[in-house]
Amino acid sequence: MSDYRIHGATGEWEVVIGLEVHAQVTSRAKLFSGASTEFGAEPNTQVSLVDAAMPGMLPVPNAECIRQAVRTGMALEAQINPWSRFDRKNYFYADLPQGYQISQLYHPIVGEGEIEILLDDKDEGSARRVGVERIHLEQDAGKLMHDQHPTMSYVDLNRSGVALMEIVSKPDMRSPEEAGAYIRKLRSILRYVGSCDGNMEQGSMRADVNVSVRRPGQPFGTRTETKNVNSVRFIMAAIEYEANRQVDLLESGGTIVQETRLWDPDKAETRSLRSKEEAHDYRYFPDPDLLPVELSDAFLADCRASLPELPDAKRRRYEGALGLPAYNAAVLTAEVETARWFEALLEKLGHEHAVRASNWVISDLFGALNRLGKALAESPVTPAQAAELLRLTADGTLSGTLAKQVFEIMLETGEDPAAIVEARGLKQTSDTGAIDKVIADVLAANADKVAEYRSGKDKLFGFFVGQTMKAMAGKANPQVVNELLKKALG
Amino acid sequence: MAGLTDLGVAQIRDGVRDGAFSAREVAEAFNAIVEKGRALNVYTVETPELALAAADAADKARASGDLKPLSGVPLGIKDLFATEGVATTAGSRILEGFTPPYESTVSGNLKRAGAGMLGKLNMDEFAMGSSNETSAWGPVLSPWRRGDGGNAPLTPGGSSGGSAAAVAARLAPGVTGTDTGGSIRQPAAFVGIAGIKPTYGRCSRWGMVAFASSLDQAGPMARDVRDCAVMLEAMAGFDPKDSTSLDLPVPAWEASLSSDMRGKRIGIPREYRIDGVPAEIDEVWEKGIACMRDAGAEIVEVSLPHTKYALPTYYIIAPAEASSNLARYDGVRYGLRVAPEQGNLTDMYEATRAAGFGAEVKRRIMIGTYVLSAGFYDAYFNRAQKVRALIARDFERVWERCDLILTPTAPSAAFALGEKSNDPIAMYLNDVFAVPASLAGLPAMSVPAGLNAEGLPLGLQLVGKALDEQSVLNAGLALEERAGFTARPEAWW
Repeated sequence: MSDYRIHGATGEWEVVIGLEVHAQVTSRAKLFSGASTEFGAEPNTQVSLVDAAMPGMLPVPNAECIRQAVRTGMALEAQINPWSRFDRKNYFYADLPQGYQISQLYHPIVGEGEIEILLDDKDEGSARRVGVERIHLEQDAGKLMHDQHPTMSYVDLNRSGVALMEIVSKPDMRSPEEAGAYIRKLRSILRYVGSCDGNMEQGSMRADVNVSVRRPGQPFGTRTETKNVNSVRFIMAAIEYEANRQVDLLESGGTIVQETRLWDPDKAETRSLRSKEEAHDYRYFPDPDLLPVELSDAFLADCRASLPELPDAKRRRYEGALGLPAYNAAVLTAEVETARWFEALLEKLGHEHAVRASNWVISDLFGALNRLGKALAESPVTPAQAAELLRLTADGTLSGTLAKQVFEIMLETGEDPAAIVEARGLKQTSDTGAIDKVIADVLAANADKVAEYRSGKDKLFGFFVGQTMKAMAGKANPQVVNELLKKALG
Repeated sequence: MAGLTDLGVAQIRDGVRDGAFSAREVAEAFNAIVEKGRALNVYTVETPELALAAADAADKARASGDLKPLSGVPLGIKDLFATEGVATTAGSRILEGFTPPYESTVSGNLKRAGAGMLGKLNMDEFAMGSSNETSAWGPVLSPWRRGDGGNAPLTPGGSSGGSAAAVAARLAPGVTGTDTGGSIRQPAAFVGIAGIKPTYGRCSRWGMVAFASSLDQAGPMARDVRDCAVMLEAMAGFDPKDSTSLDLPVPAWEASLSSDMRGKRIGIPREYRIDGVPAEIDEVWEKGIACMRDAGAEIVEVSLPHTKYALPTYYIIAPAEASSNLARYDGVRYGLRVAPEQGNLTDMYEATRAAGFGAEVKRRIMIGTYVLSAGFYDAYFNRAQKVRALIARDFERVWERCDLILTPTAPSAAFALGEKSNDPIAMYLNDVFAVPASLAGLPAMSVPAGLNAEGLPLGLQLVGKALDEQSVLNAGLALEERAGFTARPEAWW
């Protein structure tokens, strides 16, 4: 359990957090219609007759959305319900053409599961398990546009009917950090599975944040639900704000009302939207237009077989089979793209170089991309080129210094390292004759320092190395230089 | 050619095929008689040009030797079916001016089978009603009148009242109807024609304005059983756009028609003998039993113990689904919009729905909203779902003892307009015999069986096992042959 506490005037308070994450299912078509789901299209260009709820239109479930929900459930080691059903959630709003949202209240497609989070990447001991209550499928609503007309609102139905997975956690989190780690881990798993792109800026993932406070060890307090928070930072900030607000209210003699609140990112505060008394009566009932969803054993087996290696398993394999330090394993497996990039590199380089490759990716590559303000997907250097660079270092063709030079050129030009080495003559030399000749010149030019060295000033050895390397424009193999210098200085 | 409008669906099909007359002649004759029949308020939209275009295509098809199953047959389409480019209002002001850019699967199937469209048929608003009096476009008048010398205008029944009256008055050889709790069968009985509601899922609901999704089924209404079989073959079929559509081949119902009832057991459910039903209903039922026996069937008394709960169950489930299905008529995207000055969104919803929906529709939306509300859901909706399962089980059990069930279609002959319109319960009782088969999703048909003392038609209902439309049609044919119903209303309009 987290020891995160809010220190109120009257003592310590514990925060209890549950998250309902709405994740847009990766699918070309909507949950119950064939219309496209692409983001950013002109308003009302991706709307079928079904999405606009024209008279007599009927929903037909999109098998791909069901498959993605099942695969997600499997990735969370959750109970998959072979029999589930869609219900109608009835309410009126202009962005809801049918006058009801098709959702799953009574029989969700996925039941209880679990997510393991790490509060510290370097420390397995910081692992926590957060329970998942359920995952159900539902339709997204459209969007109102208030800036198109002086007195009227317009409606864009492009999102209307897009498939969402609602992933409901148990109230198992106790600090903003745990909630942040949970949402990052969930996002990572969804992206590994490929069931949601996790793009929070585009609204592909957003969370309703349930927060309550209590004295440690006491029963749960009354919770509030802050709707539609769309970044990890905002989720953590909303929790912190809301928990402090509740503590302040309770300590000043007030009571928490169960209510729906809004997160205002500009003011960094939550605001009341409606109380439980004002809550809608959604009049849920089974949608008579749809048959129950029954999943065959073959379908379930197919879903399971299609699952990739998931982040936890991958991290453990990197640490175990590949021998990576815990931190490296955690960093390289957090995002599916990173792991894919790293594995493509290893594929070319050979697994025996995994540790060195992991260090290079984390320090050299990430450092460079960070400096260039680029994402890994935009890296000018491909995994195959990186493998070549590392191989040239391993076989002595390039010294560390030369490798860094070559890498900089690769970043700039996107050229292959071998070509760069060839064209610019950056190859390291181990030609003892050439090196001996340079050493002889260096020693002759610095006779005084040679005398000092021979009289016991060992530290000057580095000076001779530096002079030799400089004279050879950094291309000499440092090991060979060391050996030959030692011999020459006798 | 006056006589052409006296022909039925199969007769027109065969006549066009055989060259006895052209499809164009048929379409012209019906177009003319439709125009003359406007006093009945049967059609909400007339589409003579569509009937002619289909007829010309049929004549061309005949010349080139590729006639389709319904080539040359002009039909009336209930206004619950969306018809591409032709106004579709479902009898409601809230859809006034709505012209769909799409064609319902069922009406599209008929088109593809070569049928033409004479027009859209008046109906109770959103198919909610048993007398056609809830239509925003005024009631349909039955072509029938009581033989008592009075000229009280009678109801053709509902909700497919325009459909029924059109066939009875010979303003169409065949029509589409829809049946949620008797809306094909009761009007068919009231005007002396045949009509079948197939097994739930036989006909796609795609493009059919929804009333109660788990009950709505399209079906044909026509002069006789054969015509119903011909039309149903064209209307039915799997539709991937309707998740509740049955993925089964459509049987050759017409080719397999047989009135030989030997070896068939006809069940007579004792719970359908209810107090207060006029003697003429019992009499026509007895006549039907005698016909079945004469056709070689064995008559067995059976029990459907939960029958008495069917009507209350129906009047919970159907309004519940309707309250949700009709939420889309909100003035935002199509149809009527009433936006009060300075009003907000809620004001627009309220004003639009207050002006757009009639009293019966509002009543059912309120009932449906109530039975789904938190705190009442279990007591009403959930319990009704359980009773519905029991009613379906009653039928499952009865099929161990018989192949078909024979009952009256409605508890009375047609009544006068206005007679029951202020008494919803009396109106709902019209469907007391029809509703159980709807709740169980079973095929059920009404066939005219005789006239009452006032000279008004009475119908009998045959209910069959799921997917066994063939036995229903066959028994209907046997009844039709023996009942010898030939009466037709005199053209007073």
